[in-house]
Amino acid sequence: MDDTAKATAGPQAIYERFLAEGRFMIQRSRETGEYVFYPKVMAPSGAVDLGWVEASGGGTVYAITVNRKREGSYNVALIDLDEGPRMMATVVGALTLPIGSRVRARIEAGANPRVVFDPEEK
Amino acid sequence: MSHSIRGKTAIVGMGVAGVGEAPGYSAIELLGLSVHAALADAGLKLGDIDAVFAATSSHAFASMSVTEYLGLKPKYFDSTNVGGSSFEMHLLQASLALEAGLCDVALICYGSNQRTAGGRLVSMSEPQWHETPYAPRHPITAYALATSRHMHQFGTTRDMLADVAVSARQWANLNPDAFARGPLTRDDVLSKRMVSDPLTAGDCCLVTDGAAACILVRADRARDFPQKPVYFLGAAGANWHRSIQAMPDLTVTAASESGPRAFEMAGLTRGEVDLVMLYDAFTINTILFLEDLGFCPKGEGGRFVQDGRIAPGGELAVNTNGGGLSCVHPGMYGMFLIAEGVAQIRGEAGERQLKTADVALLHGNGGTLSSQVTAFLGSEAVL
Repeated sequence: MDDTAKATAGPQAIYERFLAEGRFMIQRSRETGEYVFYPKVMAPSGAVDLGWVEASGGGTVYAITVNRKREGSYNVALIDLDEGPRMMATVVGALTLPIGSRVRARIEAGANPRVVFDPEEK
Repeated sequence: MSHSIRGKTAIVGMGVAGVGEAPGYSAIELLGLSVHAALADAGLKLGDIDAVFAATSSHAFASMSVTEYLGLKPKYFDSTNVGGSSFEMHLLQASLALEAGLCDVALICYGSNQRTAGGRLVSMSEPQWHETPYAPRHPITAYALATSRHMHQFGTTRDMLADVAVSARQWANLNPDAFARGPLTRDDVLSKRMVSDPLTAGDCCLVTDGAAACILVRADRARDFPQKPVYFLGAAGANWHRSIQAMPDLTVTAASESGPRAFEMAGLTRGEVDLVMLYDAFTINTILFLEDLGFCPKGEGGRFVQDGRIAPGGELAVNTNGGGLSCVHPGMYGMFLIAEGVAQIRGEAGERQLKTADVALLHGNGGTLSSQVTAFLGSEAVL
């Protein structure tokens, strides 16, 4: 948990600050234990005691499509995180992967850092 | 038991304008022309309208824009915008307002010039911050993701998706007003340009111009109008998410909730439905909605649409105008579900006219499989 220093901003800004620091953090309710993504001020259960925990990084491809463009094609995927929540992301290093494939998160640095996933080595 | 609103209001005027291509016209001009056509159809004057229900892809405050453009002073107005399903929701809102005595003549309308204005889907839909880093091309990215999941879970194939487009085209070939006509085979659909795997350009709806308007009154005066009244039998909406990331199960839409509630409200069973109008923005929509509305078991939609089952002469009459895939899709298609329901129930559908058309199911879809609204229209025979 590392939320005291960042309590002056809303969950989206805090998430993005973590990303800028190279950390993939997601929310969890202390009381119910439920994980929340994308970051919100209230969990679907109504819980507001949301703290930040490091995501394990493990995930599974739930759905995937390849956006075909002249300037270069790339995939857009929905990844089920091992903690439970689903996020939109992209699998890098492969044009596409079968649904059900295991993937691992890392942060792609840059002006707008983002979480991307690599195919997990077997 | 059906709801007390069943059969209490009726569509007495229907008009369309600029279906296909209408070069030189703005969205609100096309909308105005469709209102003129609807008024002429009903034998009413502009000043008779005292309630406005509108949503468009280009007006932030649609009912205000329509009110000003037409020079109306409505007593009741509603710009509920739930994407392409807005107009099925407006049928419910208008019927409730009419029945409550808040207004007497309700206008529901839509207009778009997106084809001739730019040839691309016009949308005011804002990006979702947690999706933006991955550059999804919505709406197709969302529908392609849902398709990928349906194929994975249920063995749905691209052939089955293509058969949805082929059936829609066969209906369009019976509709002189449809924009895309002519032969279309499964191979034609499969060999079109891949846009977002597994969807090709042939799996995507048209980008056309078009406007449509309808006029509702309370049922007690519906027989005083020149056209055969088309009664409102019920409607229900269900909404579980906004962005595709938050859709709980990409193979089950909220139509599985709106459908049963709408059927109950209208006091109808599936066997009583003569016409099924499903918002087919992409070929997967038809498959998902046939399943979620109970016309086939979950996962069987792909197999259900094969062998001409939803084509002309098939077991179930689906999207008899040719749908968003082959007839018209001016951004938000929901008004055209109503237009075809009215045409079939009145018996004005020409070569594609169903032998029996007393009950029409209209299913509107908005956003990324987000808002789902199911509505029923019927003839006097089912009151």
